Amino acid sequence: MSGNGLVSVENSNDVSKYVTQALDYALKFGVDGACAHVGRGKGYELTVRMGELETIEHHNGGSLRVTVFMGHKKGSSTTSDLSDEAIAEAVRAAKSIAGFTSEDPCNGLAPKDRLAREFSDLDLCHPSDIDREKALEIAQECESTALSSDTRIINSEGATVETLDSTTAFGNSDGFLHEEKTTSYVVSCCVIGKSESGMQQDYWYSRGCDPNQLDSAQSIGLMTAKRTLRRLDSRRIKTCDVPVLFEAPIASSLLRCLIGGISGSALYRKASFLLDSIGEQIFPEGTRIHEQPHIKRTLGSTYADAEGVATVARDIISDGVLQGYVLDTYSARKLGMETTANAGGVRNLTIDCGERDFAGMLKLMDTGLLVTDLMGFGVNTVTGNYSQGARGFWVENGEMQYPVEELTIAGNLRDMFSAIVEVGNDVDLRRNIRTGSILISNMAVSGE
Amino acid sequence: MEKYIEQARTTLLNPVEVGDRELDTLLGKMTGRHIDHADLYFQYTRHESWVLEEGIVKSGSYNVDKGVGLRAVSGDKSGFAFSDDLRFPTLTQAAESVRGIAHGIGKGRIAVADRRSVNAPILYEPRNPLASFSDVEKVSLLERVEQEARKIDPRVKQVIVNLAGSHEIVMVVRADGQVCADVRPLIRLTVNVVAETNGRREQGSFSGGSRETYDFLTNDDVAFGYAREAVRQALVNLESVNAPAGTMDVVLGPGWPGIILHEAVGHGLEGDFNRKGTSAYSGRIGEKVASELCTIVDDGTITNRRGSLTIDDEGTPSKNSVLIENGVLKGYMQDLTNARLMNQPPTGNGRRESFRHQPMPRMTNTYMLPGQSTHDEIISSVDKGLYAVSFSGGQVDITSGEFVFSATEAYLIEKGRVTRPVKGVTLIGNGPDVLNRITMVGNNLELDSGTGTCGKNGQSVPVGVGQPTIRIDSLTVGGVEV
Repeated sequence: MSGNGLVSVENSNDVSKYVTQALDYALKFGVDGACAHVGRGKGYELTVRMGELETIEHHNGGSLRVTVFMGHKKGSSTTSDLSDEAIAEAVRAAKSIAGFTSEDPCNGLAPKDRLAREFSDLDLCHPSDIDREKALEIAQECESTALSSDTRIINSEGATVETLDSTTAFGNSDGFLHEEKTTSYVVSCCVIGKSESGMQQDYWYSRGCDPNQLDSAQSIGLMTAKRTLRRLDSRRIKTCDVPVLFEAPIASSLLRCLIGGISGSALYRKASFLLDSIGEQIFPEGTRIHEQPHIKRTLGSTYADAEGVATVARDIISDGVLQGYVLDTYSARKLGMETTANAGGVRNLTIDCGERDFAGMLKLMDTGLLVTDLMGFGVNTVTGNYSQGARGFWVENGEMQYPVEELTIAGNLRDMFSAIVEVGNDVDLRRNIRTGSILISNMAVSGE
Repeated sequence: MEKYIEQARTTLLNPVEVGDRELDTLLGKMTGRHIDHADLYFQYTRHESWVLEEGIVKSGSYNVDKGVGLRAVSGDKSGFAFSDDLRFPTLTQAAESVRGIAHGIGKGRIAVADRRSVNAPILYEPRNPLASFSDVEKVSLLERVEQEARKIDPRVKQVIVNLAGSHEIVMVVRADGQVCADVRPLIRLTVNVVAETNGRREQGSFSGGSRETYDFLTNDDVAFGYAREAVRQALVNLESVNAPAGTMDVVLGPGWPGIILHEAVGHGLEGDFNRKGTSAYSGRIGEKVASELCTIVDDGTITNRRGSLTIDDEGTPSKNSVLIENGVLKGYMQDLTNARLMNQPPTGNGRRESFRHQPMPRMTNTYMLPGQSTHDEIISSVDKGLYAVSFSGGQVDITSGEFVFSATEAYLIEKGRVTRPVKGVTLIGNGPDVLNRITMVGNNLELDSGTGTCGKNGQSVPVGVGQPTIRIDSLTVGGVEV
């Protein structure tokens, strides 16, 4: 290394070479198997607050993770330094660790015959001409729309535009090597409203791999203001047992609890409320929850999981019955099963929705609690015990009556899953878990 | 400190031939008219983690992270870039990119000043935890902890032990001439167990550590103590019944339940939110915001504590700051930017997760000073309520003041006595409101075991909390028994 100025920022986004380098070193050092993952990202994050540029952060960095196997012993290592010496050092460190761990027959690379072979373009890479001037305009328009929409909006945490071009590559010593380029764009806004009873804040955001997928700056600003204003003058309610409607943006947390319970690591440790439940009726009849890993122009889509295994579209819940777990190679072997290509998580998990829109879901509930925000760490995956802080709106005659705060909602996840009445068609497509609002027939609500 | 600066140079700068002249050139590019502050934050971190489950050490990992964050501040604006490539041409590009933030706002006209060092008492030894034990000793420690947990009770079915250690070298080079460095060890051991009886499974966990080497865990059987605590909690939870729902008097045990202070007060007193006026505590210095029994401090100066720092990530020596004294709000926690904008002194709370992030006001070790009551007096004062001793985490909305924290070990109090354990519950309240309803404070101050990690704007930093036993009148408890 020297400071002669020939090498500045990476000329190429080609990161596969680092994977190849790491695998070459691994074989040279005499390991029995190895895999490596490299990610590099470049982008910026620009925030405007009270009309003025507040921060610009330039992001440009990467890291490599290498895992080696000595027989069935395993060691891993990561480095943010991608120089040749640093990569060699990382591989050496991983090998050294593998010398001190124990033989576990389930350790090893993914089965060769399951590795992804077919890749077509998922259309996830949309480099854009949003330069900083343009980003500044977008953020300013977004925030000023929110700030000027009502005199009760008195302050702001700002509006932010984030862009990221990332390249990731994964390879293993069985000859697998794949590189993916994706872009992502997020515009978000958070403002503060004030009334006699105090201040409230809320936020909204839009996200996509193509800037053309994003909502307009104006509509994000308007939504932020609307959501903040509707919280003002929140009240408390009495402790009660009532129907609860989870608004679409937070309803995904219920499905995340399901995934927590059927993930391989929780199951082989017998640390799940859904042990041995394949074939069981977990949700009401008619419920379908499935993975869609190949939706084009959608962040989260991929043909290969984090171990190179070919991803497949599949049902996890059909007609309310659990069809399969969420497994990587290791946890599958522990359970005597096969990987479900879920190393790195689920992809575009979708719960099929009914015919009703959000207003229709409120009508269906008639009287009860609409939950718009959840807080806390009160989900126990071992027992299914659920107790979370919540806020939202009191609903009567199918209409939102007034905002409510300082509540908790509690139950057991198994009971909650079987008490799902309906899923709305107001699907939130911004995240990797896609759901509309979810109505649960009753939960314990703790208040005054 | 000079020794640390030399160590940082040797590790980070000498290999890429970056010396004083290059540092001045970089800072020169980042300063000028309208720039109030500029700094370079070099960091080199080595981190390892070893995991035992099902009786064997199945995996381990070793991570090296190295880079620099470059920042220029103008008024309340900042330009920031980071690089994991420390070669001078790359740093030059990054330095040029951050300066663009100045648009005639800042009052400053900073030029690169002569170097000066800073004096701060050393709060922890600079030793490298990763080298304090051989790998054989690390594996053996995990195995012995596991065996200790299993031998306590046959109902223990799963034991997972995680040993983590890191060694971090940081160097802050500021345009005002200050140069300082810190060498920070940090270790943590976590024990998770699942116990089972008659088909019912429950978990228990305990975790702790310090800014020391792994010897901390083997001295006085500290690690075995964690194993015993985790098992005890799992066995208690096997007997737990449904928790009540509604508002009731709540007693929080000493130590880790101080997480309530972190959420209900701490975040709301960070300088950035208060400068912007977005906190429920904004503009309230001098006002009574808590019961007069409450005196709460943020203290980054306690030897070897997880939340302690010799200097913060902007080079300010740590302080012991009184936040609330006898119920009256005394001060905020500040980094350099917010201190300057609010015309207050920096308090050593400028922290960042890594060179990839900008610093902001963060807590260190936040705790409540002891009061007069004994623990038993407090328990026996409650007719019907909840006694909570362990928590999985908390969260706050600093604007409305609403906060939650989720208990993983709690009991009913009936007629002044602790009776049955209850299943995990989330407690919810409003910060300024709840602090005024603290009606008893114990004489038994304890700090937590050294396990806390605080998240803010996507950045995680290690922190500590603590408190004596306290009683809060009428807090909302999130059980299922309506």
